Amino acid sequence: MTNADRNRLKDKAFQFFGIFCTFIGLAVLAVFLIDILIDGIGRIDWEFLNNLPSRRAHRSGIYTAWIGTLWILLLTTIIAFPLGIGAGVYLEEYGKKSRMATILEINIANLAGVPSIIYGLLGLEIFVRLMALGGSLLAGALTLSLLILPIVIVTTREAIKAVPRSIRDGSFALGASKWQTVWYQVLPASFGGILTGVILALSRAVGEAAPLIVIGALAYVPFAPASPMDEFTVLPIQIFNWISRPQAAFTTNAAAAIIVLLVITFILNGIAVYLRHKWQKRIKW
Amino acid sequence: MKLTEKIIEGLLWLSAAITILVTVGIIWVLLSESVAFFSEVSVIEFFTDTEWTPLFDVKRFGILPLLAGTFLTTAIAIAVALPIGLTIAIYLNEYADASFRAVIKPLLEILATIPTVVYGFFALTVVTPFLQQLIPGLAGFNALSAGMVMGIMIIPMISSLSEDAISAVPKSLREAAYGMGATRLQTAFGVMVPAASSGILVSIILAISRAVGETMIVAIAAGQQPRLTLNPLVPVETMTTYIVQVSLGDVPHGSLEYRTIFAVGITLFIFTFALNNISFWIKKKYQEKYD
Repeated sequence: MTNADRNRLKDKAFQFFGIFCTFIGLAVLAVFLIDILIDGIGRIDWEFLNNLPSRRAHRSGIYTAWIGTLWILLLTTIIAFPLGIGAGVYLEEYGKKSRMATILEINIANLAGVPSIIYGLLGLEIFVRLMALGGSLLAGALTLSLLILPIVIVTTREAIKAVPRSIRDGSFALGASKWQTVWYQVLPASFGGILTGVILALSRAVGEAAPLIVIGALAYVPFAPASPMDEFTVLPIQIFNWISRPQAAFTTNAAAAIIVLLVITFILNGIAVYLRHKWQKRIKW
Repeated sequence: MKLTEKIIEGLLWLSAAITILVTVGIIWVLLSESVAFFSEVSVIEFFTDTEWTPLFDVKRFGILPLLAGTFLTTAIAIAVALPIGLTIAIYLNEYADASFRAVIKPLLEILATIPTVVYGFFALTVVTPFLQQLIPGLAGFNALSAGMVMGIMIIPMISSLSEDAISAVPKSLREAAYGMGATRLQTAFGVMVPAASSGILVSIILAISRAVGETMIVAIAAGQQPRLTLNPLVPVETMTTYIVQVSLGDVPHGSLEYRTIFAVGITLFIFTFALNNISFWIKKKYQEKYD
């Protein structure tokens, strides 16, 4: 065997190793999803979705948890959406190249790397104690809003950056003011990208358990929350609580609740991917 | 008209400035409670004592066991994610064709979108029982399966960031290597990876930072027993898990036990902050070499 043959062989070997590595992650994912489906799908029925939590596994449901998750989604959207887009627009259209913008940029990059549980500690001291919101939905949504804010800002900026200069110049040439240009030209043109980013950020918020546990969201809430000031639980916390119990029946409950959580996560991601695809197709500069 | 423009600009500025407030808030919250903590517990004890028992009758405040737990799970996660993630990045860049890449990349991203509590469930109910058949002495809660599952979660982070770094290397370098008669493998490891090394390093550092701050997987599958060990087969406790453990309990506000979570929190924050800034620095210093 010549040297060249040997090198070709190594090359082939690595190619197979590459394919192997690429599929091992996906294989684990598949095993995992199938395992969860087998464990939990039989447990999902109308009662499971509509029952309150209970000490008895077979009577427990996820009603309070998924209502709480929807509330959190709604409130987090209301809070993080305008803030994140506003900050993104400012950084991209107004404050460009100023000293302040550089500081903001570094700061946002740093915030994106702060572990979620630290945001929990922030929420605990500021929202729960200082603002006396307690372990309420509002405190939870505020905490998660701050957590996803960096993601929303970064994706907003990227979407706005993709709008070509000529659109703005055209608008200015017609006598539009800066804000008119942003509102009537830049934002509509970048809205698809912005929406994609916001939805991806929300799908992250839906899966978070750690910061909400820290601010005192409870696993056992006897009633579904009816206002932003109510105590709450969310699906990930309910799942965590059920996993922590030794009885097998609760593990089944956890698997069933995971299926519901994954469905919500995948729907959100699906919408995001669809939007990105649609917008990319429609707009050709 | 001019006034509205100014007001709107002011509002936009305000929403951007809130991010500064968040940072200030985090630092203030962590510092103020930690200062109160360290007025009762000496910093030296905190960093040198080998036991962590703030919730017991005999209280010891040595963070080393929590650091060891965090280090152990992180090291295992990186040991899983780095070889697999980097190989995927190289494979997708140097071997795979574009259509395969277009299908595989979004599929791999799914791994990053799954909530971490779900990974924890997977580690505890699938990976640990499986590993127990291979390793008889493996405890029900252990750093090994938590770390491995965390590694799987981090794969897309390393693979996509490294892939970006490798594809940013100018084509001419690859073509030059081919022109010299190099195989794809030799091109990858002899030219592309070294040329992209700073970007790959950044991906590894960010992955470490992510693993250090990861909470739910370790809280579910690695146990809640602070222990100064590097044995992956026994239960350990990470910094993040400890914060969760205290939050689930009924610790009165303002007590020393309550303040421990902020002392642990600031330690965690400093670690991730340092890692993130090292990665920014590397990125800034080396990235635009080819432009």
